[in-house]
Amino acid sequence: MAEMNMLQAINSALRIAMEKDPTMLVFGEDVGHFGGVFRATSGLQDTFGRGRCFNTPLTEQGIAGFANGLASNGTTAVAEIQFADYIFPAFDQIVNESAKFRYRSGNEFNVGGLVYRTPYGGGIAGGHYHSQSPEAYFTQTPGLKVVVPRNAHQAKGLLLASIRDKNPVVFFEPKRLYRASVGEVPEGDYELPLGKAEVVKEGKDVTLLAWGAQMEIVEKAAEMAEKEGISCEIIDLRTLSPWDVDTVAASVKKTGRLLINHEAPLTGGFAGEIAATIQEECFLYLESPIARVCGLDTPYPLIHEKEYMPDALKTFEAIKASVNF
Amino acid sequence: MSNASTNQETVHKVSFLDRESLHIPILKILQADGTPYEEAVLPQIDEALAKRIYDACVFTRVLDERMLGAQRQGRISFYMTCTGEEAAILGSAAALDDKDVILAQYREHAALRYRGFTTEQFMNQMFSNEKDLGKGRQMPIHYGTAALHYQTISSPLGTQIPQATGVGYSLKMKGERNVAICYFGEGAASEGDFHAGMNMAAVLKSPVIFFCRNNGYAISTPTEEQFAGNGIASRGVGYGMHTIRVDGNDMLAVLAATQQARAYALEHNAPVLIEAMTYRLGAHSTSDDPSGYRSKEEEAKWREHDPVKRFKLWMINKGWLAEADDEAMYERYREEVLAAVKVAEKIPAPRIDEIIEDVYDEPTPLLKKQLESLKAHVKKYPQAYPKTAGRL
Ligand SMILES: Cc1ncc(C[n+]2csc(CCOP(=O)(O)OP(=O)(O)O)c2C)c(N)n1
Repeated sequence: MAEMNMLQAINSALRIAMEKDPTMLVFGEDVGHFGGVFRATSGLQDTFGRGRCFNTPLTEQGIAGFANGLASNGTTAVAEIQFADYIFPAFDQIVNESAKFRYRSGNEFNVGGLVYRTPYGGGIAGGHYHSQSPEAYFTQTPGLKVVVPRNAHQAKGLLLASIRDKNPVVFFEPKRLYRASVGEVPEGDYELPLGKAEVVKEGKDVTLLAWGAQMEIVEKAAEMAEKEGISCEIIDLRTLSPWDVDTVAASVKKTGRLLINHEAPLTGGFAGEIAATIQEECFLYLESPIARVCGLDTPYPLIHEKEYMPDALKTFEAIKASVNF
Repeated sequence: MSNASTNQETVHKVSFLDRESLHIPILKILQADGTPYEEAVLPQIDEALAKRIYDACVFTRVLDERMLGAQRQGRISFYMTCTGEEAAILGSAAALDDKDVILAQYREHAALRYRGFTTEQFMNQMFSNEKDLGKGRQMPIHYGTAALHYQTISSPLGTQIPQATGVGYSLKMKGERNVAICYFGEGAASEGDFHAGMNMAAVLKSPVIFFCRNNGYAISTPTEEQFAGNGIASRGVGYGMHTIRVDGNDMLAVLAATQQARAYALEHNAPVLIEAMTYRLGAHSTSDDPSGYRSKEEEAKWREHDPVKRFKLWMINKGWLAEADDEAMYERYREEVLAAVKVAEKIPAPRIDEIIEDVYDEPTPLLKKQLESLKAHVKKYPQAYPKTAGRL
């Protein structure tokens, strides 16, 4: 084990995957010699050469289309989209092409072995275009897997599993934790399963569900609630598509209450999907309405970032409201 | 019979064209010492215009220097400079009518200054205070003002390019004698929006000046890794557009090219592409460290082509500027900017109610409800939301 921050863990995952899979390519804007604006790909070009780790021209549409071409022809492709806010120029290539390659060709062709890595989320004073959480646009797209790690250890194991998955994966990296999340990470190869949520902490009064950077927030809120005698079970969803209904439902059947927290706006956010499904699965077990603590239905603001965020205090208030319903 | 295959010379042996087939000269008017080349044809410029340009040059230099400092002191969160590209921005801006619509990328604040954006307005935006025209919603440097016909900056690269085609077309259809000018970097020219915007402008005949600042880098990516063709100019020709390449560090060359581009765009209702060859002297932004991808020597070489200095020498040669006045001007702006920083940082943030405004023309019922519960929450925990709690 070694101490790593999330960027180092991601770098380590990419390095291991490239060593073991000689077809694998890593590319995107500024990812070559410079190692990416966040330095996630540092040193890869030095080790693997410009043929395998390189800068692309500045076009997300091109990057995604190129990645589709590579993967459809059997080359493992790990593309970096510099910020999740800039994934939209690539939207057509991802949701219409990556997602549907297998289905539309009767599996004559597919783009398994394709990962889009992209930093998402707020809390960094980035305003509109450096803070968004666009995961719900992708969870509504059949054919894509959507993965969001919460810390360095998870990032490495989930990224390795994503690269080796037989389906295209959109891998959202919580940028505000890139350097902040430091922990023990195995230096060697390991994978964490996709499609499986993790019960991070057991509890009995309420289930708190989140992913990525918001895990930190719900953990903080849970600590506050515990001081008031409320016992929280905390689940990290980890994979949003396909999501682990069973683990969440089992927990809610035990606690009788569910609170979902995400940074993206409330309306149309993935919490709505989870709430509807869990209501179906656990209707007779629910002691209070499923609570959603989410971003506001506004574009991501700069100066009012703190107010916008579904922070620990708002989560704490919602926990109390749920328990005292 | 507009198909390119008709009325063309024919050959009967395979012969390919390559990027060298297209000779694209660079327009240069001023030499390094500030004297024009002998055969150069000067743009239309008098003392008043020259002074207006130079004033914006000095202000921009000072603003960049001071705001980099302010960012390092943690007073603002982010900054981007125009340093090294002043001639490209001001030479073009000065060729325009003040009602021509500017759609910028983000590094063109010199043009905004030229149009009359006040020091106070710059500061209000950068400090996201309640006087910011953008209501504190975007990061520093995302300026915009309808009064000065300068559309608000949007970070996603290239999006302004097809928009400029639309603005130009709108101006044409309304019968206004104005053009749109669209600035972008050679990096942004790789985006799909670039190709879409250029092609539509050429085909639909939109009076727009596409102005590419080819400054050598897109963050860390040098031009060799950005495009393999003959710069950006060759694409203008490919789209069927009037095109010119200029020395982007030569104020008079840029001015001359843009004056003629504007006249052409208006007369023919057609787009023009200008590629200005320049260099980004500073870091990409305050989040960037260029020492990771380019050498000090390279930057030093480009400092010798300082566009502000070259123009200054010309002004001095003309007798329109004295060295002492120049220094006084810098000093005056340093004081003015510093004083404005101090004022702007004390102005409070926008009220919390503004968080739901302008999402739509009117806040929706759901937004109103969200604001009410947010306010109740802030009231309960005022210490956690210090920017807004005191002003509920
Ligand atoms: C669609 C999109 N992708 C990526 C980015 C991140 N980004 C911001 S500036 C930049 C480089 C732009 O280079 P260029 O257009 O050459 O302009 P310069 O900064 O050199 O003036 C990148 C990649 C972005 N803002 N928008």
